[in-house]
Amino acid sequence: MKVLLPTPLAEYTAHRREVEAEGATLADLLADLERRYPGIRFRVIDEQDAIRPHIKIFVNREQACAIAQALHPADEVLVVAALSGG
Amino acid sequence: MARLAVLIGTRKGLFVLACDAQRRSWSLEGPHFLGQVVNHAVLDPRDGRTLLAAVRAGHLGPTVYRSEDFGGTWKEAQTPPAFRKALAGERGETVSHVFWLTPGHASQPGRWYAGTSPPGLFVSEDAGRSWKGVAGFNENPERIAWCGGLQDAPPDGATLHSLNVDPFDANHLYIGISAGGVFESRDAGATWTPLNAGVAADFLPDPDAPYGHDPHCVRVHPAARDVVYQQNHCGIYRLDRAANRWLRIGERMPREIGDIGFPLVLHPRDARALWVFPMDGGTVWPRVPIGGKPAAYGSRDAGESWKRLDTGLPPEQAWFTVKRQAMTHDTLDPVGLYFGTTSGEVWASFDEGERWECLRAHLPHVYSVETARVA
Repeated sequence: MKVLLPTPLAEYTAHRREVEAEGATLADLLADLERRYPGIRFRVIDEQDAIRPHIKIFVNREQACAIAQALHPADEVLVVAALSGG
Repeated sequence: MARLAVLIGTRKGLFVLACDAQRRSWSLEGPHFLGQVVNHAVLDPRDGRTLLAAVRAGHLGPTVYRSEDFGGTWKEAQTPPAFRKALAGERGETVSHVFWLTPGHASQPGRWYAGTSPPGLFVSEDAGRSWKGVAGFNENPERIAWCGGLQDAPPDGATLHSLNVDPFDANHLYIGISAGGVFESRDAGATWTPLNAGVAADFLPDPDAPYGHDPHCVRVHPAARDVVYQQNHCGIYRLDRAANRWLRIGERMPREIGDIGFPLVLHPRDARALWVFPMDGGTVWPRVPIGGKPAAYGSRDAGESWKRLDTGLPPEQAWFTVKRQAMTHDTLDPVGLYFGTTSGEVWASFDEGERWECLRAHLPHVYSVETARVA
């Protein structure tokens, strides 16, 4: 499925903002992203599997609160670097 | 011949000041990691080429980058410092940022230590590529109590800092925790003992509390066995082992200046010479030079007496802060001293503090300053 990434993650994807990845859940999708782009997962998901405070993840424009959320092949996942100060 | 450089970690990236052999001509390189917080950058003195940087972007999680060509190229750690995953029903912890990096003992090439916020201790055995928690500290059932429940913390969060490896004993480690105090391990981190006797803690009800103190900067002398100094939230102290009680040497500072501050720098060869940079710790703790008149203070007799060292510094209306990692020395003769400010200036003295000059201004808020002898 299509995954849209913010500029702070560009160095992991050779500056591609739109990539493909697979998974039945957000957790699976993030694992697949990690396989394709090593290091990317830990920058957006912490060691307790929580989405980091200044990162938001949307599935079909609905905000996901946890990585256990189920996904479907036609979904579109948007990772956003939210507001972070000064 | 190794060349000297100064590594400047800032709120917006890493900068490098490189100089000629006489320390007369300086050029600025960087920024590396533009826009990201660099809490600390350290070159491995054991090989003169492995450079580690503790990096955190505003949006992204914390990590460690490493370079083997002095910043020409960087690679991220494969396994950055992170607490273990919490068990069911357990409150998990998350590393906010890597605050401190220390190369291991000279006899242990490839070993590094990292201190984090919240206070965690991590070790790498492969020159910073992968990190694991030091269970003797991170899993210690007393750790949260030592850290005051994590409420007592600097503005950027409670942190583990001042990681010192005893140069005469690879298994003997010292750490500082803000707040928590100084702790030591004699078995490479397996067990830890508070080491705070004699240190004031005017924010605690018990004047003889065994822990809960706030060391700002702890330094173990690199050449003299068992000589330890600290700049604490409540004064400047020296510890001469095998004694376990700190002596408040800051009481010899001028009363109008006091003995509050953040950094403390030891002479690399003379165990009785040290420098501090006093800050205003009165009223609401402004953390700026007293009266807006910045000055280092140096002692040549292990803190028995102190000399004001302000020639070349602004005579008035200077209100920056010098943070705990932002003052250091080189190993040349005479020793060069360097400090960075929260207003983005880097100052140096090439005669052990007698005269200061501004090497660079207009940088971002400086978090750390370290010297490096690049092979």
